[in-house]
Amino acid sequence: MSEADQLIHSWQHDILTAFAGAGIAHVSYIPDGGHKGLIQLCERSNDIGTTVLTTEEEGIPLSAGLWLGGVKSALLMQSSGVGNCINMLTLAENCRFPLVMLITMRGEWGEFVPWQIPMGKRVEPVLDTMGVDTYRCERAEDVGPTTEAAIAHAYQSDRAVGVILAQRLIGAKNWSGK
Amino acid sequence: MTEIARRSAVAELLRDRGEMLVVTGLGSPTYDAFAAGDDDRNFYFWGAMGGATMAGLGLALAQPDRPVMILTGDGEMLMGLGSFSTIAQHHPANLSIVILDNEHYSETGQQKTATGQGTDLAAVAAACGITDTRVITEESELAGLRDAIHSGKGPMVAVVKIENAPQPRAIPIRDGVALKHRFRRALVGSI
Repeated sequence: MSEADQLIHSWQHDILTAFAGAGIAHVSYIPDGGHKGLIQLCERSNDIGTTVLTTEEEGIPLSAGLWLGGVKSALLMQSSGVGNCINMLTLAENCRFPLVMLITMRGEWGEFVPWQIPMGKRVEPVLDTMGVDTYRCERAEDVGPTTEAAIAHAYQSDRAVGVILAQRLIGAKNWSGK
Repeated sequence: MTEIARRSAVAELLRDRGEMLVVTGLGSPTYDAFAAGDDDRNFYFWGAMGGATMAGLGLALAQPDRPVMILTGDGEMLMGLGSFSTIAQHHPANLSIVILDNEHYSETGQQKTATGQGTDLAAVAAACGITDTRVITEESELAGLRDAIHSGKGPMVAVVKIENAPQPRAIPIRDGVALKHRFRRALVGSI
């Protein structure tokens, strides 16, 4: 294992394994520190194409278009991005498009930046209001099985699903300069 | 100079469409594509404004051997300008974006859009990294545009300056699940 790999959490490898097992062939994202390792893994994978978005909402019609063309995908974002997605989520609900969102949380566990808290507090209520089913992960060992279940739920039952990766799991961002 | 009529322009771009897949932006482009002839491989947006171009990108990435045309309006494109940057990173040769630009929001009472007040969508697309950008102002240019869309040498963004005139009603199906199912059945053989 290289030094760079040691910075990638085991649960991020578990997500990649779940992607591979389910045939997820494309991952789009707005970067987040909490997704850094997974984004590296996806970009390194020969089986997964990646797209960096300009706003999270782009990922919803992108996922829909990929599925119209026969390709399964997942969308990565930070909690703040959920707020950018609200109207676009109506596409998933209206057409019952499968949609897999993996959301890394800010604003809920030892947060340094108060600006993260308002949207962080509202991620799950907003997703619930917009018809997205949510699975929350607090513990590393839950991430792999939860991602697997979320992908199955989305692609077998034509549902929009959000996997919430808790800030406690990721670790609060280090602002100490060390 | 005669203004380009939107319905006949769209009919020309879709002439002998072959394997072409089409995604339309909400409002008039959806009606125009339907008026040119319904097809299971048309995915009509009726909402989710700003999303049509990204759905087209997803299709183009999933089906790289088929031409994909996004047919949208100036108002919808203005809501998703970032899509130009997102598309440019992939340089999808099979993708064309045709923007029917009448410089107005036709659905909501003819308010002016930014394209009549300084914003040049073709220049925006070029600045985002789309190498083939065009502004079409004459009906005589449409046949060439149609051929370019079918050539698979994109990505291309074509701004077609069209008349701002009411059109006869042409209303395709609105049920999103039905649209998705018929499209996937036609293209990938399962829902």
